[in-house]
Amino acid sequence: MTHQLHLGVFFTGVGPQLLWTDPAFAAHTHIDTFVQTVGTLERGLFDAFFLGEGLRVRENRGRVYDLDVAGRPDAITQLAALAAETSKIGLVATQNTTYNYPADLARRLASLDAVSAGRAGWNIVTTDNAWTGENFRHGGWLAHERRYERAEAFVETAKALWAGERVDRHTDLVDVTAAPTVTGRPVLFQAGDSPGGRELAAKHADVVFSANTAYDKAVAYASDLRQRLVRHGRSPDAVRILPGAQVVLGDTAAEAMEKAEWIQREQITGPRAIAFLEQYWNKDLSGYDPDGPLPDIEPAEGELDPSRGTISIEHRTGKLERIAEWRTWGVSIRELAIRVTPRHNVFVGTAGQVADEWARYVRDRAVDGFNIIPQLLPGTIEDIVDRLVPALQERGVYRTEYTGSTLREHLDLP
Amino acid sequence: MALHLALEVDGDFASLPDHVTAAERAGVALVTIADSPLPPAGGGIRIEAGVRAAFLARRTSRIGLAPTLHATVTEPFHLATQLASLDHASLGRAGWVVGAERSRQAYATVGEPPLAGAELRRELEDVIDVARRLWDSWEDDAVIRDVATGRFLDADRVHHVGFTGARFSVAGPLITPRPPQGQVVVIGWDTLGVTSRLDVALVGGGTVDEVIARARRAREDGAPLVFASVAYDGGSGLPVDRLVGAVDGVHARVSDLAVDLPRLLTETGPRPPLGATLRDTLGLPRPANVFANAGQEPTA
Repeated sequence: MTHQLHLGVFFTGVGPQLLWTDPAFAAHTHIDTFVQTVGTLERGLFDAFFLGEGLRVRENRGRVYDLDVAGRPDAITQLAALAAETSKIGLVATQNTTYNYPADLARRLASLDAVSAGRAGWNIVTTDNAWTGENFRHGGWLAHERRYERAEAFVETAKALWAGERVDRHTDLVDVTAAPTVTGRPVLFQAGDSPGGRELAAKHADVVFSANTAYDKAVAYASDLRQRLVRHGRSPDAVRILPGAQVVLGDTAAEAMEKAEWIQREQITGPRAIAFLEQYWNKDLSGYDPDGPLPDIEPAEGELDPSRGTISIEHRTGKLERIAEWRTWGVSIRELAIRVTPRHNVFVGTAGQVADEWARYVRDRAVDGFNIIPQLLPGTIEDIVDRLVPALQERGVYRTEYTGSTLREHLDLP
Repeated sequence: MALHLALEVDGDFASLPDHVTAAERAGVALVTIADSPLPPAGGGIRIEAGVRAAFLARRTSRIGLAPTLHATVTEPFHLATQLASLDHASLGRAGWVVGAERSRQAYATVGEPPLAGAELRRELEDVIDVARRLWDSWEDDAVIRDVATGRFLDADRVHHVGFTGARFSVAGPLITPRPPQGQVVVIGWDTLGVTSRLDVALVGGGTVDEVIARARRAREDGAPLVFASVAYDGGSGLPVDRLVGAVDGVHARVSDLAVDLPRLLTETGPRPPLGATLRDTLGLPRPANVFANAGQEPTA
């Protein structure tokens, strides 16, 4: 049988992707919006619904960042509520291993697995962000280079408790004595792309939520991951690869392209472009015209402000060199922001075109599916379920009914 | 005056939704959900109470849902987020039974030494205080969606809480907008020593006189509502005529809900009608926000 695509929706809850300026925008924190969304996804035979995590409201220069949607529920609480509204779809909570207690989080995840009858997933993330840590008892305690060491000990603790074993583990990274209270087997997702993240995935993950969406990168990533799996004594087919993706569909290719450009302009507004640069300059740039040249003043000393919570590791240092390079581009502030915003993960076209492209990905085993990040709520998901899903089914690369009832069964995992 | 009725539930999850919907139909104001980070003494599994409550939120429409979350063995920020989320998912029916699990084994699950006495009481006060501040950290009208200026939020209406307790600090704001009830209904035993911070105090005692005396003391200590918490096995009978006027409700811990609920309903008589939110049901006002009209905070 042809390999099948697996689809999830990654509901970030914050950030510029989701267009709140759309007049039809549904309150993204209201429970009714979530209930309708997961209902649509079940109709579209999706594997999973994901919630993101961010444990501090984003800021810009010491003030709450006001330009993006913000506000999100506790992921496990929300997914437990949604478990009562659904019967098939997987429910995946992003939860970090730095600002949680291992036995406490393991218990809550297993509890979600229990109330959903085997539909829980855990997207394991790490953080070393001390600014986020200011909301927690043990804020900022974990050194960057040890975050995956902690994550691995944490995951091992959780797995042991889920298997019904007692845990008695005392190191400088994990201190826990606990007996199992709920057993279960949540599906483990891993999203980190650093070598540490890839090793954690190779040892423990069932699914990777990878950042490598472009075809060539996806192929290279899949090959790297399969080698790591074999090195750890696992089957090269033990892990499903689902990179993040945005989808923009139109009746014609031209219409889809036009819509995609409109979405991008809405996502990167003038005020957002200014705020983006303020992270680098660490100065008030509100007096600058977003359609004018880059600020002529020098940036403040020091590295990037972590309080937007979105800066990738490789962008945290070397800001002066980066700014110097940007100045050679001769673009406006907003053009710069558009140019440096990753677009590699956007699929634009008719349903048939995107379905053809995705069929190639899965046929070549570059990916096992995609995690879709919606821009319009409602809109994106309805488009995909009503137009893209039938096109994928016609090509024989997507299920026409649920054949199992647990997330593991949907993902064809052991 | 009619007494509110609250029921403690625990045990088998499979039958729980049916029991709670039966209680809702009978006009029970709320269920409290017992919990512990330790396995049940008699064996078997115990699903975390907040997860059970969230599931029940979507299988019920009027009954209050109050999971026990232990302030001692969790992160206060997560606790506040979980309860706010339960209130959103249930459209305003969340309560919180302040748990104070303090055994050495419970603390060992988070790698901490046990607290006791004044230290423990201070810790409970701090966790309640920070949860209440976090629930207020978004004002009700913080989301403005102002297309003209491109602002989704009014940053002046989303507040750092800047809380510093004896053993932890929390910067805030909460990641979740203000709960529909404004503040989740905070329920706890009078013996915790935090009665002034509760919305509903639970009192018990070996005799009816003792229950009544403790109820009087809880009111003097500032509890807006007091419930008599009783172990009910259907045999002994409840002194309802003496409790009316002395307490606002009965919190019954029953051994077998299916058997005991019908008797309990008969004995306690008519109940006040259920409102749209738990606060409405209990006649508790929706609290003003402590940050409202605070204006722009000084930059950090």
